[in-house]
Amino acid sequence: MKGLKRNIDKIKPHFEKGGKLNKLHSVFDGFYTFLFTPNETSRSGVHIHDGNDSKRTMITVVIALLPCCLFGMWNIGLQHFMATGNPDREFFTLFFYGFFAVLPQILTAYIVGLGIEFIVAQMRGHEIQEGFLVSGILIPMICPVDTPCWMLAIAVAFAVIFAKEVFGGTGHNFLNVALVTRAFLFFSYPSKMSGDNVFVKLGGTPAVDSYSGATPLGQLASSTEGAVTITDVIGNPLSCSDIFFGLYPGSWGETSTLCILIGAAILLLTGIANWRIILSALAGGFCMAAVAHNWASPLYPVSYLAPLTQLSLGGFLFAIVFMATDPVTACRTNPGKYIYGFLIGMTAIIIRIYNTGYPEGAMLSVLLMNCFAPLIDYCVVNMNIRRRMRRITVKNQ
Amino acid sequence: MSNIIKIKKGLDIPLKGAADGKTTVDSSTVLFGIVPDDFPGYTWKAAVKAGDSVKCGDALLFAKEDARLCLTSPVAGTVSEIHRGERRKIEYVSVKKEGEQTQNDFGSPTDKEGILTKLMNSGLFAMIRQRPFDIVPFIGVTPRDIFVTAFDSAPLAAEMTKADMMSDLEEGLKVLGELTDGKVYLSVRAGSGIESRYAEVYEFSGPHPAGNAGTQIAAISPVNKGETVWTLDAVTAARIGKLMASGIADYNTDVALTGEDMKEPHVVETTIGASLGTLLDNQLDHSNGKVRVISGNVLTGDRVDWKAGFLRYPYRQITAIDEGDQTDEFMGWASLDPRKYSVSRSFPAFLRGLSKPFHFDARIKGGHRAMIMSGEYDKVFPMDIYPEYLIKAIMAKDIERMEQLGIYEVAPEDFALPEFVDTSKIELQKLVREGLDYLRKETL
Repeated sequence: MKGLKRNIDKIKPHFEKGGKLNKLHSVFDGFYTFLFTPNETSRSGVHIHDGNDSKRTMITVVIALLPCCLFGMWNIGLQHFMATGNPDREFFTLFFYGFFAVLPQILTAYIVGLGIEFIVAQMRGHEIQEGFLVSGILIPMICPVDTPCWMLAIAVAFAVIFAKEVFGGTGHNFLNVALVTRAFLFFSYPSKMSGDNVFVKLGGTPAVDSYSGATPLGQLASSTEGAVTITDVIGNPLSCSDIFFGLYPGSWGETSTLCILIGAAILLLTGIANWRIILSALAGGFCMAAVAHNWASPLYPVSYLAPLTQLSLGGFLFAIVFMATDPVTACRTNPGKYIYGFLIGMTAIIIRIYNTGYPEGAMLSVLLMNCFAPLIDYCVVNMNIRRRMRRITVKNQ
Repeated sequence: MSNIIKIKKGLDIPLKGAADGKTTVDSSTVLFGIVPDDFPGYTWKAAVKAGDSVKCGDALLFAKEDARLCLTSPVAGTVSEIHRGERRKIEYVSVKKEGEQTQNDFGSPTDKEGILTKLMNSGLFAMIRQRPFDIVPFIGVTPRDIFVTAFDSAPLAAEMTKADMMSDLEEGLKVLGELTDGKVYLSVRAGSGIESRYAEVYEFSGPHPAGNAGTQIAAISPVNKGETVWTLDAVTAARIGKLMASGIADYNTDVALTGEDMKEPHVVETTIGASLGTLLDNQLDHSNGKVRVISGNVLTGDRVDWKAGFLRYPYRQITAIDEGDQTDEFMGWASLDPRKYSVSRSFPAFLRGLSKPFHFDARIKGGHRAMIMSGEYDKVFPMDIYPEYLIKAIMAKDIERMEQLGIYEVAPEDFALPEFVDTSKIELQKLVREGLDYLRKETL
């Protein structure tokens, strides 16, 4: 490592002020600090620091996303080969089919997003910020597998510039960047983002006769006869375990309840995601689902789902574990987190059940509550302020 | 029966190098320096010239705002240097200890004004701090209450009280009672058994910052807008007691030499302002490369030059740790090293147990970022204040919001633990100091 460090130190002056490659300073600095933890020592205040930094935090989130990501790739393969009548392929055939299907999207998201981050960091003279490491993998995972890369590129560029950089970069955005990307795609290219033909990659191969590419929630939303049995892509009924493991079509990263729970366990054990948000969102979702289930109506077929099934389907769980807990866009006060989480859970299920135009409400509910998070915090902080003011008035009486 | 308060939020950082029970006496130090920057709130002017001979307790510096308020010489001898920096600002005044150690007798007044003048003349008043602003108290403002802290919970801090100072402390508490219309509070470590007739005693248990005056005030009786309280440590209170009883100011102090780079961590009996060149002679272990010497603890202390520097206020501890600027840690963010301390369980250190001593160096171990994680500060901040919001109000220089969010209750040291755990490596103590100074400038 000493040799590598020596070599990098040798080329470092080119990137510093006055060097011929100064325009690439932030890129160089990004890679340099990635390889070697900066040797900068404290100049003011405390003389020692905790070993944790934002790189570690972001990477831990990426690790927590990996189970979902790897499972999703395999599931893309599974859905493809089921739909085309060859379900008995080997594990790796399924996995690599999915891997190569989503690789261009992952690369597009990272190249466009990080590219903009590098340019902005260079313009502002800042260090590269790591926020996009997480967003870059999240974005493809919450999009249909067949999303064209050019669409993704436009959406990522829009989200990074207008949802993050214009507000000052990572830590200053008030909307979750990954969800803004998803929302941009959803409203700009609705035919590519929902419906029965986008969640299973057929890749030009003809599908079997019994094939239907509708997601479970899509099937329910379009049903006209009240309670229906949800089925997989070739018409077999989905069992509870299929739903729990995520063996159905959907945005590819978010179908497996099991993998999301593994991710949640990693985030909660490391203390990076806030348990208050996850717990209260689950409670909010469960309450709303239970209420809807109790008064189920054929007008709103999704309300027939049992509350636990309701929570395991679609992007709900994924959104509350990985999106609602984004510390920058969530509430920052502890009482606020309970309210914020509960309302996300509740509104996600309300949108899903009572607005048949949107089969999944998690994205909109998190974005909606992102907007309300500062207001909730404002109220909580004001209670603290009022407590302080009351202390003075009591004293002066 | 005293009151018991349990502090739940906080953190005891497990550094290596705690002082063992040994105490030595420093008799070799001859140079002593007083640094006016340690006494914020006043502009200090020199009262002596280089070459003047001074008695122990004679003024070296006086406040431009009130000439009675002095910083005094801790020893008798000759003024060696008045060191000035940019724009002729005095950086330190040093005195060479010579000849017989004659003491300045400050007399024995009995009225409040006389006591105050005596405290100001003897330099002990400057060792008191006031809230709001965390500065040397305003003269002429009677404090609502006075808070005396009898223990230090900071990393590697030694015991603050000794059996032989108890009578002086009691006398000091009695005198302080005459300077306030309210109460004198004495905060002690739970189970220490310290009692007082002249102060209301509160026992504190729990991790650092249980020993910080800010934490204790918040738990006992928070500071409101328009109120002033004084804070001081038990050592200063005992000095005040001794001054009142005998007319003589005692500038001796017990200093804990601590930290991983101290060869033999132990306590030294010396005098305030002692030159580190002799005090640390042959004490530092340079085998791991550059050593950072801190006068004070690792959270709030001042970085000092171990050859030319002096023991700085509050004159109780010196810590030596590795500077670590040549470490070149490869992909430190991916580290699985259980020896790397972090309160975050994303590092495996917690499997080893976070109470065992860890190696620390002065690296900030990351890059400066905007505030990203939420709730980090709250876990180590035991006051009814939202630290993130207060910091943001300070960054925005929003005076009304700062006041509403409780800036009058805090001192920079209260933000030391949040600064330590912060993943965004924001310089919180510096921000709070700037905020307090800005507020003082704008509102007074």
